[in-house]
Amino acid sequence: MGAQKKGGGARVVSDDSEEQSRQRLQAILLADSFTTKFRPVTLERPKVLLPLANVPMIDYTLAWLESAGIEEVFVFCCAHSTQIIDYLETSEWHTHPNLAVRTIESHKSISAGDALRYIYEQQTETSQIQGDFVLVSGDTVSNMPLADLIREHRERKKRDEKAIMTMVIKKSKPSPITHQSRLGTDQLFIAVDPVTKQLLHYEEDKVDHHARGGSVCLDKSLMESNPSVLLYNDMQDCNIDICSPEVLSLFEDNFDYQHLRRHFVKGVLVDDIMGYKIFTHEIGSSYAARVDNFRSYDTVSKDIIQRWTYPYVPDINFGGNRPLKVGRQGIYRACDAVLSRSADVGASSVVGYGTKIGNGDRILNSVIGNGCSIGSNVVIEGSYIWNNVTIEDGCEIRNAIVCDGVRIRAGAVLEPGVVLSFNVVVGRGFVVPAYSKVSLLQQPMKEDSDEELEYADSSSGTADRLSGLSLEMESKASELGPDGAGYIWEVCEGAHDEEWKHSVAPIPEDKLAEIAQAMDDDDMEDESVVPTSGELKSDADSINTDVNDPGDDYSYFEKEVEGTFLRAVEEGIKVELGILEINSLRLSYNMESADCAGAIFYSMMKHAVDNPHSSASELFKNASNIIAKWKGLLGFYVKQTDEQIEVIMKFEEMCQETAKELGPLFAQILHVLYDKDVVQEDAILRWAEEKAGADEADKVYLQQCETFIQWLKDASEEEDEEDD
Amino acid sequence: MPDVQSTVLEFVNKLRKRKIEGSQATAKCTVELLRSVISQQRVPHSNQASALIDAVKAVGEQLVAANPVELAVGNVVRRVLHIIREEDLSLATAAMAGLDLLDASDDDDDGNDHNCKGVGYMSAAVAAAAAARSTLRPPSLQTLLEGTPESAAVPYTSSSGADSESKTADKSSITRKLKHDVIEGVNHLILEIAGCHEQIAEQAIEHIHQNEVILTLGSSRTVLEFLCAAKEKKRSFRVFVSEGAPRYQGHLLAKELVARGLQTTVITDSAVFAMISRVNMVIIGAHAVMANGGVIGPVGVNMAALAAKKHAVPFVVLAGSHKLCPLYPHNPEVLLNELRSPSELLDFGEFSDCLDFGAGSGSPLLQVVNPTFDYVPPNLVSLFITDTGGHNPSYMYRLIADYYSADDLVM
Repeated sequence: MGAQKKGGGARVVSDDSEEQSRQRLQAILLADSFTTKFRPVTLERPKVLLPLANVPMIDYTLAWLESAGIEEVFVFCCAHSTQIIDYLETSEWHTHPNLAVRTIESHKSISAGDALRYIYEQQTETSQIQGDFVLVSGDTVSNMPLADLIREHRERKKRDEKAIMTMVIKKSKPSPITHQSRLGTDQLFIAVDPVTKQLLHYEEDKVDHHARGGSVCLDKSLMESNPSVLLYNDMQDCNIDICSPEVLSLFEDNFDYQHLRRHFVKGVLVDDIMGYKIFTHEIGSSYAARVDNFRSYDTVSKDIIQRWTYPYVPDINFGGNRPLKVGRQGIYRACDAVLSRSADVGASSVVGYGTKIGNGDRILNSVIGNGCSIGSNVVIEGSYIWNNVTIEDGCEIRNAIVCDGVRIRAGAVLEPGVVLSFNVVVGRGFVVPAYSKVSLLQQPMKEDSDEELEYADSSSGTADRLSGLSLEMESKASELGPDGAGYIWEVCEGAHDEEWKHSVAPIPEDKLAEIAQAMDDDDMEDESVVPTSGELKSDADSINTDVNDPGDDYSYFEKEVEGTFLRAVEEGIKVELGILEINSLRLSYNMESADCAGAIFYSMMKHAVDNPHSSASELFKNASNIIAKWKGLLGFYVKQTDEQIEVIMKFEEMCQETAKELGPLFAQILHVLYDKDVVQEDAILRWAEEKAGADEADKVYLQQCETFIQWLKDASEEEDEEDD
Repeated sequence: MPDVQSTVLEFVNKLRKRKIEGSQATAKCTVELLRSVISQQRVPHSNQASALIDAVKAVGEQLVAANPVELAVGNVVRRVLHIIREEDLSLATAAMAGLDLLDASDDDDDGNDHNCKGVGYMSAAVAAAAAARSTLRPPSLQTLLEGTPESAAVPYTSSSGADSESKTADKSSITRKLKHDVIEGVNHLILEIAGCHEQIAEQAIEHIHQNEVILTLGSSRTVLEFLCAAKEKKRSFRVFVSEGAPRYQGHLLAKELVARGLQTTVITDSAVFAMISRVNMVIIGAHAVMANGGVIGPVGVNMAALAAKKHAVPFVVLAGSHKLCPLYPHNPEVLLNELRSPSELLDFGEFSDCLDFGAGSGSPLLQVVNPTFDYVPPNLVSLFITDTGGHNPSYMYRLIADYYSADDLVM
């Protein structure tokens, strides 16, 4: 509601019940990832139009949204917006009866936060977010049903105004060696309330677990305010969110929110002023994943081929794609693909329409697009060949991505992890080194803020630049052999080590061994192993304590006071200044002056004990010296009888527990305190009275002081008599 | 028209997304859709039949392409095409009988191809009438033997030329009547599909006897009605239900059987062989029945059929007439299977580490195959029970020939 009210007076909020009954199910689809992970491919084509098993990613997302009952989807286009809009207008989504696809175009947005702010500002009477909406990005592949989830979200919202978002999570174990999820994203730590499913903590762990020792820091208040907390490290964030309109206005209010997870989710979790809450929903049998990097491109493609995404699989026409025929061993083949008899197309492969595969080719675990022509004796393993690619005889391609229109001349070799962008030509017999990214466009030189975009310039210039480049290319000796064309992009420093993580190629054995070795070393240092997931229950008694556990706070306070006191002793600070410092501590910890007195006395005695001494008498001397010196400080806090009693009690406690050496000296030191006027006669007598009824064990010190107390009593009686 | 177009699109969409399950539901939706296509189709004055056939074929092709695995769609489309042809034929026969033989050489100055065909049909009809076959449904076996009427009819058309005014008026009435008759026929088909359970269930008493043990697999509404009909006739018997992993539709069937008061035992699919010696009859519902008498049924059915064969237990298949498919399964294009999601077998979360392609060779070592259907060859089937009675597997082709015209087999 907040969003609608803030949105200006123009819109009238309709009657609540009416609105609930007939709310169009809407979705916002961000057709831009706002990252550079798919460069250089995304310099020429937006990520959502990249083919995943020969179907553009956005078709998966739209087909899923449509069948999940979404009626209206706002496609937010930023980079290459014209390409996306053109595609959508020619696709069957444009005229789809059940799903209205509306495009929103903006060139200024450089993050998801900007996009949502733009959408919020651009809302008009006809196109607006009316209620709860689904927020996904255009590279999501899923088959989960949404209707129940949206209903759950709405009902929760009705009960709790502050429940603004439901986040979809799915169980997926991270690799024990690399601490990376199978999608190539960092390991995720989340804390969830097991009953309400409220999200309490969200942390994407960067893989530098050497530095962190594999530990997670949780706010202590988390444990205090929740009776039980479930911690997971085997969950995968599906990047599918059901949001209430408040989310948009939150983005509007917090103009520094850029990233959905790093800024928004963390911001909401930390902010306890607004008190907004995020909930989680774990999906069981359905599939959901986001193509975030080349590694997840590989993983999701394989999941599609293995049919986890059913019914969004290549042999079913789900979104205007031409269905392929599925054969044994999960081989998908177009009916007009020409395969040579001697070609060996192995398990889990896809061969597109109009593709010719020559003699003696070996193809395994690969996706080959439409209209490709592949010569003879070519080896293609674990690779993704897009459309209209020409591969000449005798090439070897392993774990590579080859974009549209690429030409690989005879005998060339692509080593694992290579990405060839559009229309690149690899020269005869050239070996493209592992993990290299090749494009016809030169690598942008500056690492400026534009890096956040998928493309550097406005979308118009691409074609012009391309033609210009090809001219330039002829004059310049190519980096890809004499008859090749394309620039090999340099990997920026620092990112070089990370390259293997996000590549399509599997992590090489030696790298894995290296990491495993490093981890073993870590384990030697630190044996504690965190279980995959477990329920942490804070003790019942610590919950029951109403004020934030005063015992705990007091011990902190005591330590602080001790520190202050020692500093005062060492640096010879004056008593007045000492009082000032301790007063400020007292305020910040919200303590009584009796507590201060106890703490100061404790520090003094501790100091006395800590000072070197050989015998009890020397210790006594130390103690009395200190008391003499700092009685002003102590005296400031022991003006009342109660406070003096507190000091005695504290002293007694110390003798019993922390500083047993002082035990025999109890009576003597008490006498000193009396002499120095720190403790008054009344206090001692009242202490004695209180203790009189206690257990025998507690009376040890009382008995020790018996003569002293007797003397005090007599003295006071005498005084009384004299007064009379 | 636009609303028909949109309902067609919507249905195509549902078929594609696999949102309609069960051949009966699909058949019902298909036939209702085709009825509205026919009723909305504006027909020209001449050659109504071919216009209707073209319209139905066009829609039918879309529907079949949307989900080729669901054979009931193709079956129903072919049935409707057959109805159109038959009605056309019977009208022509009637017209011939009323008019002179001379009318057969009626005319058409515009002489377009469709008209020729129409005339061709009529001529064929004349031939048929001459053969004194007054039944509305001419024996299809003969039609098959004759080959396609079109080719046979072409020579007759040469004798065109003469015409008469009265004829055109007559024709329009014929065509109006044709559409009406076709819709009537389609309505019959709808009733037939809706009533096939009862028709089949009526025969239950003849097959299930006192104190027998019946084994079934998966969940079929036809089987449920069949068993319940026997129960209602005071037969007391026991039912073993094989659970039908991985979707466990057998559990649902068991629930419903118990709700109707039948003695039910649920067994695992793998226990079928062990239990078969105690079973008197296996009764299953089919997904489709092929022209050779082979059966496409829920996965695991072939295993049950083999077990039944081994122990000489009768293996009975219940199939409504919409499940009879005029195609032969030796064509791999026809014998399709639906491979569903592996998540029905495995929990993705548990196995996610086996599917981590970042480690090892990068090739998926774990494969999951989850087929929906199984093929049972005809020699394992003892009896088919359709709404027209019990039949031998070797008789199925004949039954099928009654329902479909040879022209429509390939769409």
